[in-house]
Amino acid sequence: MNETTAATHPHTGMTTRNDSWWLAPGLVAVGFGIFVIYATFRAFENNFYEIGPIISPFYSPKLPTPSWFPFSAAFLILWMPAGFRATCYYYRKAYYRAYFMSPPACGVKVWGSQGYCGERSFPFVLQNLHRYFFYLAVLVLGILWYDVFIAMFSEGLNISVVSLIMLANCILLSGYTFGCHANRHIVGGGMNKFSDAPGKFKLWEFVTHLNEHHMGWAWCSLFSVGFTDFYIRQVAAGVFSNPTLIPFH
Amino acid sequence: MPEAILKVFRGEKDSGTFETYKVPIEEGMVVLDAIHYIQQNNDPSLAVRWNCKAAKCGSCSAEVNGRPALLCKSRMDKFEPGQEITVQPIKTFPHLKDLVTDVSWNYEVNKKITPFTPAPDANWTFYQEDIERVQEFRKCIECFLCQDVCHVLRDHNRKDAFYGPRFMVRMASLEMHPLDTANRLKSIKEDAGIGMCNITKCCTEVCPEDIHITDNAIIPMKERVVDEFYDPIGKFLKSIFAGK
Ligand code: SF4
Ligand code: SF4
Ligand code: FES
Ligand code: FES
Repeated sequence: MNETTAATHPHTGMTTRNDSWWLAPGLVAVGFGIFVIYATFRAFENNFYEIGPIISPFYSPKLPTPSWFPFSAAFLILWMPAGFRATCYYYRKAYYRAYFMSPPACGVKVWGSQGYCGERSFPFVLQNLHRYFFYLAVLVLGILWYDVFIAMFSEGLNISVVSLIMLANCILLSGYTFGCHANRHIVGGGMNKFSDAPGKFKLWEFVTHLNEHHMGWAWCSLFSVGFTDFYIRQVAAGVFSNPTLIPFH
Repeated sequence: MPEAILKVFRGEKDSGTFETYKVPIEEGMVVLDAIHYIQQNNDPSLAVRWNCKAAKCGSCSAEVNGRPALLCKSRMDKFEPGQEITVQPIKTFPHLKDLVTDVSWNYEVNKKITPFTPAPDANWTFYQEDIERVQEFRKCIECFLCQDVCHVLRDHNRKDAFYGPRFMVRMASLEMHPLDTANRLKSIKEDAGIGMCNITKCCTEVCPEDIHITDNAIIPMKERVVDEFYDPIGKFLKSIFAGK
């Protein structure tokens, strides 16, 4: 035996961890932050969201806004996917750790330990409404798939760079949306005897496979939806071009 | 022979010192071996609870460099040579001596759970797909590392309001069992306090049995609780289709 410390409690300070535990919540905080700032800017910009029949996912479907409505049409749409993501079980984990530090990482002390109620009282009890946002997100996703169809087929077959970006975005959004925990419950997770319903069991297994990579789908689709809007914005503003790869009229 | 430097908490009832020991490293060594070396060569009074040294009895739970872990599953070769390795008792339960804590609260919680309740005339034939989810939960070795890391118990000390992840797993294993007939949803919500969990997944991160506690036990239970208590539209539609 060499050294002895002064008398102490076995657990003092924020943590004994000596690895880079702050890196993951830090990256999450920065990643979300960038997306939220960009999406807010675009929702207020109210411009450069259409190229002929093509429309940005932030503004689709283009709803008419009454004259007294002070904001862009994007605000009539964005609350649905925003609510879906804000109540998503993965994002909850990510932002409770990154923004609320509750806890910032495992074995690291929470920030402010008074009055913690988890998801039992307002506002966090509203997280229980996630499945309603899932239904709305499926609706919005259907519209985005329709937009891909319009982008590719409205003027004969017209496979352009933008239409392919929109297609990739819809694939990623579908992987994210249908891998949702609420969906996993709805398609069969609530059952106790799968052998009674083999079809439901297969569906549940499929959703479970998607769900196992829910975090990956969440980040990829967040990036893709932002990038799709960004590309459409730049084309609409005349900064980027939108070359047609397979024209057929 | 390369040496490891271990900083081990020594003391009783939350008060003591960190003592530093030098331990020769051998191939395949785990932290529990290093603790045993200290017992044999430096101080036989060092208290540590262990049984199997095979990551199966769940006795040797502690915190290694601040991470809740089984001492017998923490390989020494994952540390850089010369790196100080801090070994502490688990934080969430009352400290007894050195690395030993009193985890008996968990056994009291366990008694509160409605046990497996099959129908008297149950048909005991069931299929693999019916039992697979429950089998994952049966891997639990009751090491209580998940209980230790859960911030609801660890930092907020809400043992009055939350049973903890280990017992979410147990309740899920009963609720999902194809032959069980009891309904524990009200108890899961109110007594076990599932709403206290904010699904931050530390329990899953530390589970030595790799049980997907949050994704496969807690979230599915939260969804069942939503069915029962937070989804009036779904409940209404179900009652119409079920003709109730
Ligand atoms: S996911 Fe829930 S039960 Fe698991 S450690 Fe986090 S708060 Fe505790
Ligand atoms: S669920 Fe995992 S971490 Fe928790 S007591 Fe069981 S084996 Fe240990
Ligand atoms: S759990 Fe992530 S979308 Fe539902
Ligand atoms: S001694 Fe049995 S789990 Fe470590």
